[in-house]
Amino acid sequence: MSNEFKIEIVNPEKSFLSKEDVNEVVVPAFEGEMGILKDHISIISFLKPGIITIQAKSGEEKYYVEDGIIEFKNNTLSILTSYILNLKDIEKNKLLELLKNAEEESSKPEISDQLKYLADQKVETLKSIN
Amino acid sequence: MASLDDLKKRITSVKSTQKITKAMKMVAAAKLKRAQDSAEKGRPYSEKMNNIILNLSSGISDKEASPKLLSGSGKEQVHLCVVLTSDRGLCGGFNANIIKKAKSYFAKLNKEGRELKIITVGSKGNDQLKRVYGNKIIENISFKNSKNANYFDAEKVGKIVIEKFEKEEFDICTIFYNQFKNVITQIPQAQQIIPLNTKDDDQNNSEDNYEFEPDEDEILSNLLPKNISTQIFKAMLENSASEQGARMSAMDNATRNAGEMVDKLTIEYNRSRQAAITKELIEIISGAESL
Repeated sequence: MSNEFKIEIVNPEKSFLSKEDVNEVVVPAFEGEMGILKDHISIISFLKPGIITIQAKSGEEKYYVEDGIIEFKNNTLSILTSYILNLKDIEKNKLLELLKNAEEESSKPEISDQLKYLADQKVETLKSIN
Repeated sequence: MASLDDLKKRITSVKSTQKITKAMKMVAAAKLKRAQDSAEKGRPYSEKMNNIILNLSSGISDKEASPKLLSGSGKEQVHLCVVLTSDRGLCGGFNANIIKKAKSYFAKLNKEGRELKIITVGSKGNDQLKRVYGNKIIENISFKNSKNANYFDAEKVGKIVIEKFEKEEFDICTIFYNQFKNVITQIPQAQQIIPLNTKDDDQNNSEDNYEFEPDEDEILSNLLPKNISTQIFKAMLENSASEQGARMSAMDNATRNAGEMVDKLTIEYNRSRQAAITKELIEIISGAESL
């Protein structure tokens, strides 16, 4: 029996990605990285800024997300996110811009702890890509 | 009767108007295609979001402790209405329909003695509402500069709404927009987004046992604000498709009317030309006879 399951990534504008031959997905869940394999228990969780890694038959793909909700059910993983980029075609300039924005955000004085945590996560992830 | 020259001028002017309306129709048709596409592409997101929220809210045992965005503030006194309209005119009854729907709702609230607050999105709605409800409009947002409906604009509106809710400035929030059915039919809609209406989906099965990480409450309180933005975004997408559809059919009508007018004027022009020639002939003939 194959160990493959289905993944769907949707953002508000369109259906971003849909694949049927995924072996493993690692998502940056709010309470830590989480690997999902086939026949995982039904789960709902949400994401913090980070990298989604998709191990598929057709190769490995990495995406940068800023937020999102995941739902896994009946071997279908749905990821809803408002901002997603494929690491492969991300441009250096864009990356630096995002990094600058994130740093600005995290250095704001009136920001709440949770938002600061998220912004710091963003900075960290973006730096690791660089 | 107008002179030949005048008629000729009128025909040319109507013809050039027809050219303009025809061009506008073509542009609207092209934009409609795109708007319709993005409305369709945006649907999975809001549907999935809705499903997840339904699953979550059915899993919540203690309704009292659930987030306020879901259960409401417990009062119904202050109503916030978000009226989504277009920034441009010349689109038939598009804006008028939304305004009409909104106004009848406002009148109902007035009768019940509720307090009313209005946020208008799009300048046309603001123009039409400020005459009667000017003092109720607390915010006017316009996205004239963004070409297509995009999520970040929707998020901006969503943030304003949520901020006001958290400050307890209102109890119930309703959005008004046009739902796109087809090119000639747009249905004005009033949709309540706060508190969220979950009653209509009772067939929702409870067999799904989800694992939640972190717990339900935390996910819900994170998800609900996003859902507000998503709903507004959906409304904006539907609206932009409707706007282009309405404009297309309005301009189609205008083009046809202009065509009819040109025909009528041409007949009149030819008749008076003929009359002038006949008159001249009669003059010549009678002149020759008298010789």
